[in-house]
Amino acid sequence: MTQVLDKPVESPAATPAERTARRRALLEWIAVHSLGVAAALFFTLPFVFVLLTSLMSDSQALSRDLIPDPWQWENYRRVLDTPGFLTWWRNTLLYAGLGTVLTVVSSLPVAYALAKFRFRGRNATLMLVISMMMLPPQVVVIPMYLFWAKQLDLSGTLWPLIVPMAFGDAFSIFLLRQFLTTIPNEYIDAAKVDGCGELRTLLRVVIPMARPGIAAVALFQFFYAWNDYFGPQIYASENPGAWTLSYGLESFKGAHHTDWNLTMAATLLVMAPVILVFFFAQKAFVEGVTLTGVKG
Amino acid sequence: MSTPTPKSNTLRSKRRRSALRTAAFLSPWLIGFTVFFAYPLLSTVYFSFMHYDGFKPPTWAGTRNWTYVFEHYPYFWPALRNTLWLVLVMVTLRVVFGLGVGLLITRIKTGTGVFRTLFYLPYLAPPVAATMAFAFLLNPGTGPVNSLLEGIGIPAPGWFNDPAWSKPALTLLALWGVGDLMVIFMAALLDVPKEQYEAAELDGASAWQRFRFVTLPNISPIVMFAVVTGVIQTMQYYTQPLVAGKVASGVIQGAGTLFEPGYPDRSTLTLPQLVYNLGFQRFDYGSACVVALVLFALSMAFTALLMRRRGGLIQAGD
Repeated sequence: MTQVLDKPVESPAATPAERTARRRALLEWIAVHSLGVAAALFFTLPFVFVLLTSLMSDSQALSRDLIPDPWQWENYRRVLDTPGFLTWWRNTLLYAGLGTVLTVVSSLPVAYALAKFRFRGRNATLMLVISMMMLPPQVVVIPMYLFWAKQLDLSGTLWPLIVPMAFGDAFSIFLLRQFLTTIPNEYIDAAKVDGCGELRTLLRVVIPMARPGIAAVALFQFFYAWNDYFGPQIYASENPGAWTLSYGLESFKGAHHTDWNLTMAATLLVMAPVILVFFFAQKAFVEGVTLTGVKG
Repeated sequence: MSTPTPKSNTLRSKRRRSALRTAAFLSPWLIGFTVFFAYPLLSTVYFSFMHYDGFKPPTWAGTRNWTYVFEHYPYFWPALRNTLWLVLVMVTLRVVFGLGVGLLITRIKTGTGVFRTLFYLPYLAPPVAATMAFAFLLNPGTGPVNSLLEGIGIPAPGWFNDPAWSKPALTLLALWGVGDLMVIFMAALLDVPKEQYEAAELDGASAWQRFRFVTLPNISPIVMFAVVTGVIQTMQYYTQPLVAGKVASGVIQGAGTLFEPGYPDRSTLTLPQLVYNLGFQRFDYGSACVVALVLFALSMAFTALLMRRRGGLIQAGD
C-alpha cells in the first residue's frame, strides 16, 4: 500500500475502475492508520502520564496539572536515595539472575529427553509437565511455607524461591521441548556417529542450535522473577532486607503516602529494566511468545 | 529355567543403560515434581482435614474446614462471583480486543514495527508497577483520567474506590496489557492461506463475510486457546486486584493483618487471595488448604479442556 502513496494518485492512463480502486486503497490506508494512532495513544498515554507526574514537585503532584512546572529531575535521585531501594534492586537481580541460570541449566536436559528420547511414558510425562504449567503457586504454598519456614528456618530470605528453580520449571521445559523438536534428527545422529554420547551431543550440537529457544526461556524466566509478587510476599515480607523491587514498590507508596510524584518515579524505575531488556532481545522474545504452543 | 543367550544379555543391558540415561536426563524435574509438588499436594489434602495454626500440633478436624469455607467464610462466594464476572467480561473483552488489535496490526503497512512495539510494551510492565500506575491514573482525586473526563463534562467514576467500578478498572488494566494475545493472533492471521481470501473476493464476499467465513474458521483454534488460557489465568488472578485494593484503600505496608482484602467491599476478591488471607493473615492453615484444593480442581479442569480441545498444543515429537 506504500506504492499507492509513491505513485501519483491520478495518472492519465488510469481507467476509471483503477482510479476508484486507488481511491479506495488510499481511504483504507487513512482509516487503518488513524485507528493505529488511536490505539497507540491508548497504549502509550499511561506511560506518558506516569513519566510527567514523576517529574512534578510534591505540591504539584497533588494538583490536577498534567505538565510538570518546574521539571524536577531530582525526584529520581530521591527515590534511589530511599533507604532500601538499592537493596531491593540487588535482591531482584539475585532472584532473577541466579533463578534464570538455574532454571535453564536444569530444564534443558529434561526438555531434550522429552523431545528426542524414545521411552515409555514420554507422552504421559509431557502431559504432566503441561498440567504443572497451568497451576498457580497458591495450590501448594501452605505445606511449602511450613517446610521452608518451620523446618529449614529460611523465611525472611529468597532461598525458598531460588532453590526450587534448580529442579526444572514446567513452562521452561515445555518451551524448550517445543524448540528442540524442530532440530532435525540428522544432526544428532551425525554427532552420535562421530562418537558423542548423549551429554556431549546435548552440549556440543543441540545447545548451539537451540540458542534462540534458550534465549526466549531465559527472558521469560527473568521477567517472571522480576515481576513475582506472591513469592516475595510469602517468604520475604518479614525481612525488608530481602525484599525485591516488585514487593518493595508497594511499600514505597505506603511510606510516601500521597507523594504520587516519587511513587511514579519508583514505578518507572521498576518498569525500565524490563523494557530495556526487551529492546535488546525483542526478536527472541516475540519468537518465544509464538512458540508457547499456539503454532502447532 | 533356560540360561539367557549372550545376545539377549547385551540387549537387556543396552536397554537398561538407555532407561538409566533417560532417568538421568529427566531427574531434575522428577525430583522437583516429587519434592515441590506431589508431596506438598498430598500435605495440602492432609491439612485440609486438620486444625492447624502453625504453633499447636495439628488436630483432626474432619470436614469442619470444608463446611467453614463453603458455608461461613464470608469471602469465598464473593471471590467466586468476582471470578465469574471477570471470566465473562474481562476474558471476553481481552480476546475480542486482542483479535481486533491483531487484525489492525496486520493491515498497518507504514511503520508496522513501531506500532507493534508500542502496542506490545504495556504487556511487559511488571504487574505491581502497572497496577500502581493505573491506581494513580484512575484515582478519583487528582488522577489525569478523571480530570480529562470532567474537563469534557462526563461524570467521572470512582474506579478502584467504587465497588461497582473496581472490576471495570481492572478490566481496563488487563486490556492495556493485551500484547500477548495480539502477538498470538497476529501470527495466526498471517498463517491464513491467501488463496482463500482471493477466492472469497472473486465470489464477491464483503469484508465482513471474508472475516466471518475465511478468517474466523481458520483462527478458531487460537481463539479457543486464548479463551481457555484466559479463564485459567483469571482463576489465578492475584497481584493486580490485591495491589489495586491496597493502594486505593490507603492501607499498604506493615502488619499484613491490617488489610481487609477485596477493597472496596469485597469487589476485588479472587480465590488466591483467600489462600493468603486464611493462611497468612488468620493462621487457619486447614481452611487455606481447602481453598487451595478448590483452586487446584478448577485449574486442572480447564487445563484438561485445553489439552482435549487442542491436540495441536503439542507438536509431534520424534
